[in-house]
Amino acid sequence: MKIRLDNVVKTFDTFRAVHGVSLDIESGELLALLGPSGSGKTTILRMVAGLEYADGGHIYFGDEDATDIPVRDRGVGFVFQHYALFPHMTVAENIAFGMKVSKVKREKAEISTRVGELLRLVRLEGLGERFPSQISGGQRQRVALARALAVDPKVLLLDEPFGALDASVRRDLRRWLREIHDELGITTLFVTHDQEEALDLADRVVILNEGRIVQQGTPQEVCRAPNSAFVVSFLGDANRLPAEVLSGKADLGGTQLAAPDLADGPAEVYLRPGDLEWSNTGSGIAARVLRVIDRPDARRILALTESEHALELDVPPETEVGSNDRGFVQIRRARIFSKSASGA
Amino acid sequence: MTRRRVLPGLPLALGITLVYVAIIVVLPLGALVFKAASLGPEDYWRIVSSDRAVASYRVTVLSALAATAFNLVFGMALAWVLVRYRFPGRRFIDALVDLPFALPTAVAGIALTALFAPNGWFGSVAGLAGIKVAYTPLGIMIAMSFTSLPFIVRTVQPVLEDLDPALEEAAQSLGGSDGSIFMRVILPLLAPALLAGLSLSFARSLGEFGAIIFIAGNQPMSTEITALLAFIRLEEYDYQAAAAIASVLLIAAFMMLAVTNLLQARALRYTARN
Repeated sequence: MKIRLDNVVKTFDTFRAVHGVSLDIESGELLALLGPSGSGKTTILRMVAGLEYADGGHIYFGDEDATDIPVRDRGVGFVFQHYALFPHMTVAENIAFGMKVSKVKREKAEISTRVGELLRLVRLEGLGERFPSQISGGQRQRVALARALAVDPKVLLLDEPFGALDASVRRDLRRWLREIHDELGITTLFVTHDQEEALDLADRVVILNEGRIVQQGTPQEVCRAPNSAFVVSFLGDANRLPAEVLSGKADLGGTQLAAPDLADGPAEVYLRPGDLEWSNTGSGIAARVLRVIDRPDARRILALTESEHALELDVPPETEVGSNDRGFVQIRRARIFSKSASGA
Repeated sequence: MTRRRVLPGLPLALGITLVYVAIIVVLPLGALVFKAASLGPEDYWRIVSSDRAVASYRVTVLSALAATAFNLVFGMALAWVLVRYRFPGRRFIDALVDLPFALPTAVAGIALTALFAPNGWFGSVAGLAGIKVAYTPLGIMIAMSFTSLPFIVRTVQPVLEDLDPALEEAAQSLGGSDGSIFMRVILPLLAPALLAGLSLSFARSLGEFGAIIFIAGNQPMSTEITALLAFIRLEEYDYQAAAAIASVLLIAAFMMLAVTNLLQARALRYTARN
């Protein structure tokens, strides 16, 4: 089912949580709403579900205007961050709940067959008789997903689905959710503040800030062509250095970078730690090492330039470097935004 | 491994609490049973099964049941409103709920009698509709529900406050109607607290004395409650008969608490872990 948001607005008391968001979600797409807390991503998800009503604009499910359809008739599957499993029901009863309360009457045998299928789908065969308090967090989240899928929803909505889980469980569940989505082909919308999760899982990522869409595109598009300073710094670690643009060149105090499309004036240069190189001799930005942090795949150097700007850079694990070494930083890749445009 | 505890160690803490329970709770109850037991089985049976005693059990138990049923509905509604809605005067009403606990029950009884007497504010209105409240079992029921209302509200309220709103939202998103969400999700989760409140409310109603004797009229065979009958026997210096009648109340209270505990354990079985 194709979902379309048309200029949707939501205000809580005096706080405008969502400012005129328009968004198309293609049928069968797996889409991530990514943003910091307070960016309005959960509010948007809840409006699509019908758990909040939009103050303005329209939400379409296919060609149907679903804006005023109450949640119980909207046909969505919603997975809550903290699972919201019914604690007094067994896993099987939780999954069967939607079928039992449905207006469409089903035979008992039909329900239990379907519950069995769903337990197999979420790989929890044999746990049907347990209570939610007797299974792990990751298992609970899978039960919540099975319960949401049991009512054959038109769209699957997940609110920070892996937020409450350990990092390793999270990674497994992520891959597994992708598999389930590919198997069922159901239109899926999920909310996260974790950029790694969004990039790992989604076909398309919508980045939100302060109730507005900042950028949307495939993970490749938003990573390779971020359209603003906000997107660059939100998607990962980035160093920020002030620069001065003059006739297509950005000057970082000695080092020049090409900035062909920028107007003259103050600008900011964003540098990913992996896009920088370190050498003990040669050219580049002169800097002094403050500390070296060792990580499994790289060494991160915390350095201070001569103009007293902090820089972080990742170098190969075999690099010999220590505190108080002096050397030079070379820039392999950079993003430059005019100060006025970046809003900083 | 020994862990440091805030309270003094188990032997001392256990000793103090056991002595306390023994002196304050077990000793009087023991004396009661002892006194009743000093009657022979035949005398005991004659006293507890006399027509007047049986009539008092009937009016006490039926009124207590009616009062508890009334409090179940009204107390739950009150708890619901206090937890789920924000309105001016909410905190004031919340404080008022405890008033029946704080008020001397005799004062409550006198106030209720004044209101519900045939010439009182409520009694005169009810009289127009042909309903007599004071000096009837209905009056007993009203006095009982007045003094036992806080039990239901105060046991249900905290559980309702802790109820995750996401549970209701999840049930809604699965297509549940308001009615089925209440019956299948909310009520089962409130059940243990409701049972606890019900049993306390019922036990209090069975044992209530002060608030009732003013409004009941106390006619033997119709509006005389069991606690009053025991009191009358005491006034007559017939301690053994008083103890015998009181022992019936004691046994009833024990059985009821045992049944409630069983039901509660059943309602809470989902919290058991492997």
